[in-house]
Amino acid sequence: MTQDHLNFIFIGISFAIYIGIAVKSRAASTKEYYTAGGGVSSFANGMATAADWMSAATFISMAGTVAISGYDASRFLMGWTGGFVLLTILMVPYLRKFGKATVPDFIGDRYYSKLARGVAVVCAIFICMTYIMGQMRGVGVVFSQLFGIGVPAGVLIGASIVFFYAGLGGMKGITYTQVAQYCVMAFAYTIPAIFIAIAMTGHVIPQLGLIGDFTASSEPVVPFLQKLNNINTELGFAEYTSGKLSTMNMFCITAALMCGTAGLPHVIVRFFTVKNVAAVRKSACWTLLFIAVIYLTAPAIGAFARVNLVEKLHNTPYSEVPGWFQEFEHTGQMAWVDKNGDGKIQYFGPAKSELGSASVFQGAKPSYPGYDAPENQRIGRHGERLLANKADDSNPNELWFGNDIMVMANPHMAGLPMWVIALLMAGCIAAALSTAAGLLLVLSTSISHDLMKKIIKPDLTDEEEVNYARFASFAALIVAAYFGINPPSAFIAKTVAFAFGLAASSFFPTLLIGIFSKRMNREGAIAGMLSGISFTIGYIVYFQFLGGHADQYFLGITPEGIGFVGMLINFGVSFLVSAFTPAPPQEVQDMVENIHIPSGAGDASEH
Amino acid sequence: MENNHPRAHRRACLRIVIALLSIWFFVSFGCAILFRDWLDANAPQVGSAPFGFWMAQQGAIICFVLLLIVYAFLMNRLDAKHGYTEAK
Repeated sequence: MTQDHLNFIFIGISFAIYIGIAVKSRAASTKEYYTAGGGVSSFANGMATAADWMSAATFISMAGTVAISGYDASRFLMGWTGGFVLLTILMVPYLRKFGKATVPDFIGDRYYSKLARGVAVVCAIFICMTYIMGQMRGVGVVFSQLFGIGVPAGVLIGASIVFFYAGLGGMKGITYTQVAQYCVMAFAYTIPAIFIAIAMTGHVIPQLGLIGDFTASSEPVVPFLQKLNNINTELGFAEYTSGKLSTMNMFCITAALMCGTAGLPHVIVRFFTVKNVAAVRKSACWTLLFIAVIYLTAPAIGAFARVNLVEKLHNTPYSEVPGWFQEFEHTGQMAWVDKNGDGKIQYFGPAKSELGSASVFQGAKPSYPGYDAPENQRIGRHGERLLANKADDSNPNELWFGNDIMVMANPHMAGLPMWVIALLMAGCIAAALSTAAGLLLVLSTSISHDLMKKIIKPDLTDEEEVNYARFASFAALIVAAYFGINPPSAFIAKTVAFAFGLAASSFFPTLLIGIFSKRMNREGAIAGMLSGISFTIGYIVYFQFLGGHADQYFLGITPEGIGFVGMLINFGVSFLVSAFTPAPPQEVQDMVENIHIPSGAGDASEH
Repeated sequence: MENNHPRAHRRACLRIVIALLSIWFFVSFGCAILFRDWLDANAPQVGSAPFGFWMAQQGAIICFVLLLIVYAFLMNRLDAKHGYTEAK
């Protein structure tokens, strides 16, 4: 039995389970479509939210980022988990009590304004669209590697599967599918880590291995992190346990990611599916616990993978490297340029900066001669795949690899059994599909509920609304699939900063003030949202797309972290404007008073 | 007396929120970012990891989970005290 057969079997079984669940629990009413009828247990909702939250990017790239940047990657680890503390303590119990199905719904009612609702709808659509594009691309890439088909065909297969159970099943369908997907993801992530931890450190628990000793060599036993620091400094990298980012920048990026997390509409709506406010709190505990299982393993995988990579590849003759190296060369995720002509792979730092410019060759990404090029331009002297890029001879580094391969290549590097690799493949697909489905649902409800019913056509019946939602999810998928097939170059990676910056500078402050201040009025909220968003978008667009130079950064903050400053601006403008404009009407003030009383939440989505 | 309930509840709730968020800020932004260098040098190591580094990659996340458990426990007790508990 070959690896391909095993991959097919694992993925086939997992798909059969997902689709079976989706058919069994498909939604019959609007209430079930939007919030699964409000009766999901907090344990199941916790798992589903965790699956929803962890995207293909988290699952595949995060450990790779940790491996490459060491301490600096903690901003993602803390940012994406710490945000849940904010979310749980400051937002969801109150929003759940308020009892409407979507985030723009709350903003529209709390600020008694169609304009505020409109701004919120646009933000929600933009944030979700940005995300879902990346997911479709991820699904496409995994499928194309698996089945040997092109990326476009892979994207289309992924899109039709997502449409099948998100579009038809609604929130109820995807909640139970996501529970199954979380289980697949958790096993797929932790099992390889356990195998590698045993091999490298003799600990069964990867987290203990990380802080334990490195036992896999004949040399005297050294602490594992010491070994890693030695490797890094020998090869010319920064020490693994100390970072390169400035404290200021690290602070702002972590804060922007945390606040962005607390303002992401597709995470907030998950908590509308449980019964009451007490269940929301319990469900949030489960969610973070399930997320922590993966996030605590990622630093261990990253560290193990880094040692493995250097031990297996550095100073190894190309003719002796294992077969998986060629596979990754073939898909363009690894590249070797034999600069000194000795036929051995050398890996030296600093390999690449955070901005992603490679030191091996000129340009940020490898490009290859076409298949019709003569053979001596495609295949090198030692059988390696040649690049079209010119070599960068200013440094001795010869090995290039994408962040994504760390998780994918790790089991190969450690020589793990084939079924572990097949499980990992199924996990990657589960991660991408679950997030795409959750996002699609928020997108479609934003359009059908907030835009069609509340702004354009208030007399829609329930049934028409669900049909609009299904149609909207179909349309959104087509757009997302289009961008998955034709990514606007490096656009997707760059727009991730956009999504978090936007959520942090728009939804987070506006929701927070809306919950905790009775005095905030619609003028303040709208002015705050608009100024926060325009500042953040302006800053990101200027530096990412219009060629702004790093010297011009405001206080040295990169575009990744600017959402935090945008958030402060939003707060400031909101309070300033509302101080000079009339207080909100009495019934809105009563409503704010009421959402702080935890009992009597009733069903979500009574509209 | 009945009218005082919501206000007293809200004040107690705010105290819990502020206390927990201070811990949240301290373990993440404090230990793992602002005071990391000092902690790496002076605090005892966790296993073989420097303290600040360990907090950034593992400790903060563990604290976050504990914080949410404590939050759920304290809030449910507070709700019960003010008679807001709902039947399952």
